[in-house]
Amino acid sequence: MAEPTTVSSTSPALDVKTPEQPAGINKLAGPATWVDDRLPLASMFKYKNKANFYVKKVFPDHWSFLLGEIALYSFIILLLTGIFLTIWFKPSMAEIEYEGSYQLMRGLPMSEAFASTLALSFDIRGGLLVRQIHHWAAMLFVASATIHMLRVFFTGAFRKPRELNWLIGVGMFSMSLIEGFAGYSLPDDLLSGTGLRFVDGLIRSIPLIGTWAEFFIFGGEFPGDLVIARLYMVHILLVPALLLGLVVAHLALVIYHKHTHYPGPGRTDRNVVGYPFFPIYVAKAGGFFFIVFGVSILMGATMSINPVWKFGPYNPAQVTAGSQPDWYMGWVEGAIRIMPNWEWHLAGTTWSWNVVLPGMGLMGLLFGVLGAYPFIEAWITGDKNEHHVLDRPRNVPNRTGLGVAGMTMYSMFWLAGGNDILATQFKLSLNQVTEFMRIAVFVAPVIAFLITKRICLSLQRADAERVLHGSESGVIERAPDGSYSEAHVPITNDEAFTLTQHEQYPALQAGPSLDANGVRNKGKGVSALRARASRWYFGQEITKPTAAEIEQAKHHADEDESTKALGH
Amino acid sequence: MSVETSKDVERFPIPNPGLEEHVERFTDVDKAAGDRAYHQIVMMLASVPVLAIAFVVVYFAVPKETYLSVFADRYNAQNLLLGLTGGLAVLLIGVAVIHWARTLMSDEEMVEDRHFAASPDADREEIAADLAWGIEQTGIARRGMIGKALAGALGVLALPALVPLADLGPWPTAELRKETIEKTIWAPGMRLVNDVTYQPLKASDLEVGQLVNAQPEKLHDLHGTAFQVEKSKSSIIIVRMDPNTIKIPESRKDWHVGGILCYSKICTHVGCPISLWEQQTHHLLCPCHQSTFDLGNSGLVVFGPAARALPQLAITTDAEGYLIAKGPFTVPVGPSYFERDSSLDFKEGDQ
Amino acid sequence: MRFLTSKRRHKAAKPVLLALALLLTGLLYAAMSPAARVSADTGNSALVAEGDGLFKVACASCHGLNGEGGTQGPSLIGVGAASVDFQVTTGRMPAARPGAQLPRKTNTYTAEEIEALMAYVATLGPGPARPAPAQYDPAGLTEEEIARGGELFRTNCSACHNFEGAGGALPNGKYALPLKGISGEHIWEALRTGPQQMPVFNASALPDEDVRAIVGYLEELHATPSSGLSFGGLGPVAEGFFAWVVGIGSLVLFSVWIAAKGARAK
Repeated sequence: MAEPTTVSSTSPALDVKTPEQPAGINKLAGPATWVDDRLPLASMFKYKNKANFYVKKVFPDHWSFLLGEIALYSFIILLLTGIFLTIWFKPSMAEIEYEGSYQLMRGLPMSEAFASTLALSFDIRGGLLVRQIHHWAAMLFVASATIHMLRVFFTGAFRKPRELNWLIGVGMFSMSLIEGFAGYSLPDDLLSGTGLRFVDGLIRSIPLIGTWAEFFIFGGEFPGDLVIARLYMVHILLVPALLLGLVVAHLALVIYHKHTHYPGPGRTDRNVVGYPFFPIYVAKAGGFFFIVFGVSILMGATMSINPVWKFGPYNPAQVTAGSQPDWYMGWVEGAIRIMPNWEWHLAGTTWSWNVVLPGMGLMGLLFGVLGAYPFIEAWITGDKNEHHVLDRPRNVPNRTGLGVAGMTMYSMFWLAGGNDILATQFKLSLNQVTEFMRIAVFVAPVIAFLITKRICLSLQRADAERVLHGSESGVIERAPDGSYSEAHVPITNDEAFTLTQHEQYPALQAGPSLDANGVRNKGKGVSALRARASRWYFGQEITKPTAAEIEQAKHHADEDESTKALGH
Repeated sequence: MSVETSKDVERFPIPNPGLEEHVERFTDVDKAAGDRAYHQIVMMLASVPVLAIAFVVVYFAVPKETYLSVFADRYNAQNLLLGLTGGLAVLLIGVAVIHWARTLMSDEEMVEDRHFAASPDADREEIAADLAWGIEQTGIARRGMIGKALAGALGVLALPALVPLADLGPWPTAELRKETIEKTIWAPGMRLVNDVTYQPLKASDLEVGQLVNAQPEKLHDLHGTAFQVEKSKSSIIIVRMDPNTIKIPESRKDWHVGGILCYSKICTHVGCPISLWEQQTHHLLCPCHQSTFDLGNSGLVVFGPAARALPQLAITTDAEGYLIAKGPFTVPVGPSYFERDSSLDFKEGDQ
Repeated sequence: MRFLTSKRRHKAAKPVLLALALLLTGLLYAAMSPAARVSADTGNSALVAEGDGLFKVACASCHGLNGEGGTQGPSLIGVGAASVDFQVTTGRMPAARPGAQLPRKTNTYTAEEIEALMAYVATLGPGPARPAPAQYDPAGLTEEEIARGGELFRTNCSACHNFEGAGGALPNGKYALPLKGISGEHIWEALRTGPQQMPVFNASALPDEDVRAIVGYLEELHATPSSGLSFGGLGPVAEGFFAWVVGIGSLVLFSVWIAAKGARAK
C-alpha cells in the first residue's frame, strides 16, 4: 500500500525551543520547517477532538455528501473562467459598428459589450470554450446547490446546531440567482436584453417605489447606457465577494460542527465515523474538483450554450420565440406566465398584482419559507437537542411530504416557464398547458404530499416488519397441516440497529405545566395551536418496535423453528 | 443533554452493535490486484501530459474556421478539440487520484468523538465576567449618555452613507415621467416607416392579412442610447384586416385607414416587443409570457397575464398616400406602474 | 373636336367608349396594383382546363366549385399561383381534414398537375405568381447584405419562428414551423401569400431583395459550424434540461463511484 508520509498525531510534540529535530520518519520537510518556524501550523493542525481543523479530521463518506462539493467546485471554476473572460469583455453599452470576424453580423450596430462577447467567441482562441465552460458551470452551480439543499432538507441536517449554516446556505442560494441573472444580462444579446426588459417591467410594477427603483437601477429610462456596467460590478465584484465570504463561513461551520452522518452501526449523535481528511479526503475531494472541472470542460466542448451570435445584438423591437431565462429563474418566469391578469386601481394608482405577486412575492415567499423552516419545525416538535445522525426521510413523513410538495410546486412553476416549448415539443395547446398549470401549481403539491406521506408510512411499516420478522427468503414452505407460508430470514443485528435508530417523540401537549418528558417541554407553556401542529406532525407515525416486541418476535420465530425441527 | 441515559433501551430497542467489521478489499489482499490498480493510476496520469501537449498543438495548429462533421452536423473544430483534450486531461487527473484513494489508500473507518456546539458553562461564565469587567472599565453605567450618544451618532451616520445614492438615476417625478416613460416621439403627421429599412408605407400597398413591423420616421435621426430608449417605446405594428370582420368602436372610427390599424409593439405586461400575429384570428401573442391581444377588437386582452389593452395609434394618410400618425399615443406604452391610474385605458365595452 | 362631335352619335361609339374605359381601368389597375401581381389570364387554356378538372376533384368540396370559398375553406380568389405552389408542394393541400393548423405531409401531385392547378387558380383572380429564382435566390449577395438579412429576420420572423428558425408555439395548439431546410422559394411564397395564420409580407414592406437577404442569412446561419450539440436550437429551456441530465447526472454518478465501498475480498 502506498502510504504517504503524514504528520502523525502520535509523533512527539515539536519542541519549540530546539528547532533542530531528531532524525526520523516524522520530521517535517525543509520548506515546511521554514514555514513552521514562522507560523505554528503544526500546532494548529495537530489537535484532535476539538472544533478546529486538523489533518486527520474525520469526514463521513456518502455520495450525497458530495453534492455541496459540486457547488463549491463549480464556484471555483466560475472564478477561474470568469477571470479569463474579464480580460477581453468590455462592459460598455456604447454603440459601435461590428467589424469582427463573424460574417453574419458584419456592419451591424451593436454595443461594445456584445461586440466583445463576439470577439471572445470568434477571435480569441479558446474564448468560446471558456465562455461555454463558464455558462455550464453556472448552471451546475445553482443546480448542485439546489440538490445539496434538498439533501440537507430531507435528512434533517438543518436541525440544531446547524440552523445558522442552513441560513447561510439560503443566503448563498438567493445570491446565486442574482449572480446568474447578472451574468445572463452582460453579453447584451437579444436574449439578455429581453431578460433585462422583463426585469425593468418587473421592477416598475412594485407598488409605491416601482418607477423610482426602475430609474435608480437603470440610471433613467430603459435601457439607458449604465445598466450593463452596473451589473458587471454586481457580477464580478459585489456578489462574488459576498458569496466567497459566505462560502468560507459555510465551510468553517462544517468543520466546527463536524459533518453529520447517516444512521448505522457504531454511528451516534456523539461521534463521527468516516475517513481522515489527509490523505483520503485530500485525494477524494481534490480529485472530485478535477472531475467537476473536467466534466464542465467536456460540456463546454461538446454542448452549445447561449449562442449569442445567433440571437444578435439587443434591439428593443426584436424578440425570439423561446425567450426564456436560464433554468434557475424558470420557476419565476412560469409564475409570471400563468398568473391571471389582476390589476387594481386605488385612488388614482395602479397595483400590478399580475407582475409583482409572481415576480417579487414568490421569490420572497420561497426564501422566507426556506429560512424559517428549521425554526418552524423546532417550534412544532419542541426539539432542543443537537442532532448529528441524519434522519432517513421515511422516518419524518410530514417533513418529507412537505419537501416533496414544495418540489412539486416548484416543478409546476418551472414547467409553466417552458409552456411554449412543452406545447411545440409535445403537440399540446399553449393555452391549455397554461390553464392546466394554473390549477396544477395548487393541486399537484397536495397530491404529492399525500402520496409521499403514505409511501413514508408504508416504508416505516415495512422496516418494522423487517426488524420483527426478518426478510423474505423467497422460499415457500408447506406446513404439515397443508398451509403454505414464506420463510423469513432474520436480518443482521447491524441492520436491525440501523432500522430502529431513529428517535420517536410524543406530540407536545397544550398547557402550562411540564410535559411528562420534562426535558423537551421545559419552562414555558405550550399554546393550543402549537399542540395541534405538533399532534399533526407526529400524529400518524408508525411506532417502531420496542425491545420487548423484538424479543417476543424472536422467541416466536425460535419456537417455529423448533416445532418444525420436531415435526421432521 | 446527556446521551447515555437509562432510557436508552427505550430509545434504541436494539443496542448499538458498534462499528461493523472491517473487510479488506481485493487490492489489500491480492498483490496482483493492487499492482493492476497501481498501473491504471500511473497510466491515467501519464496520458495527461500527452493530452496537455495535444491541447497546445490544437491551439496553434487548428484554424478558427475549420469544422468537423459528425452525423451531418458541423462542429467548430477548435472548440471541440481544445475542450476534448483539455477536459479529458483534467478529468483524468481527478479519476486517477480518486482511484488511488479508493483502491490503494487505507479504507479503515475511523471514529472521532464530537463536542457539543455550545461552549462549556465555565467558558461562558469566564467570558461573561470579562465582558462585565470591560463594561465596568468603560464607566458607561455611570455615564450613560456616552452610549446613547454613540448609538445615535452611528445611526445618523447611515444618512450621509445612503444619501449619495440618490443620484443613482434621475428622480421620476411627475414632470420627468411626462418627458420619459409617458412620451414617445410620435407626433401628428409623422410617417410610419418599415423597421430596418425605414421605407415609408403607402396605404394602398398593404394587403388584408399583412403585418408590418414599423417605426416612426424620426427614429432614424437618433443614435446610441437615445435610439435604444426611443425604440423601446415607439415601436409599432401595422396590420390590415377586412374592416367588415373587425370591431371598431365609435371613438376610434377615424383611427384606421381602410382596415389598416396600428398598435404599440410594446406589451403592456412587462414590455416585450410583440409581433406574433395570427392573420385569421387577428390575435397577437407575446412570445415572452403569452399575453394575447385581439387586434380586431381595439387590442383588448383575450388571454394571459397582461391586464391592459395594447395602445392603439391613430393613423391617416398624407397627400402622397403614405401612412402618418394623427398624433401621439393617447396612453403611455408598456407596462403599468404605480403612479398612473390605468383604469381609464380602453377596455371591454368602451365605445 | 369636330371629328369627335360628329362621330359622337355613331352607333359604335358606346361600345368603343366602353372598351376604352375598360382598357384605361385595366391599365390603371395594372399600374397601381402591387408589383408581384400578374394578369388574371395566363392564356394557357389547356392547362387551365386540366387544372379546373383537378380542382373539382380535390379542392372544390371545401373551397367551392369556383374557388369562391365555403364553410370549410377560404376563398381562393386572388391567392395566386404562389399560394397553390406552396400549399400543394408542401403537402398541406389537399387537407386530410380541417383543423387548427394543417400539417406538412408528402405531396402526391406531379409537377405538371401542380402547374395546371396553379394556372387554374391564377385565373380566379390576380395574385402572386410563382417566383423566379432571381426573386429569392441569395446568390451574389454581399456579407453586409446577408448581415442585414439577419436584422430583417430578427425583426420580422424570429418572434414566431425563433432566433435560428427552430419554430415556436402559437395560441391554441397552433405552431410556427421550423425553417431549417425550407427552400428559398417556399419562404418567398409563404411571405407573399400568408399561409394559414402567418401574416402577409408583401413587396411593399419586404421587397424581393430583402427576402433574398433573409433566405441568404438563414442558409448561412444553418451552415455555420455549431459550438456543440445545440438541442434543436430551443434556447435556455433545453440548455437547462441538459445541464441537469448530462451535468448533474454524470456528476452524481461520479459521486456514487467516489463514495461507494466497492468490491470486498469476502
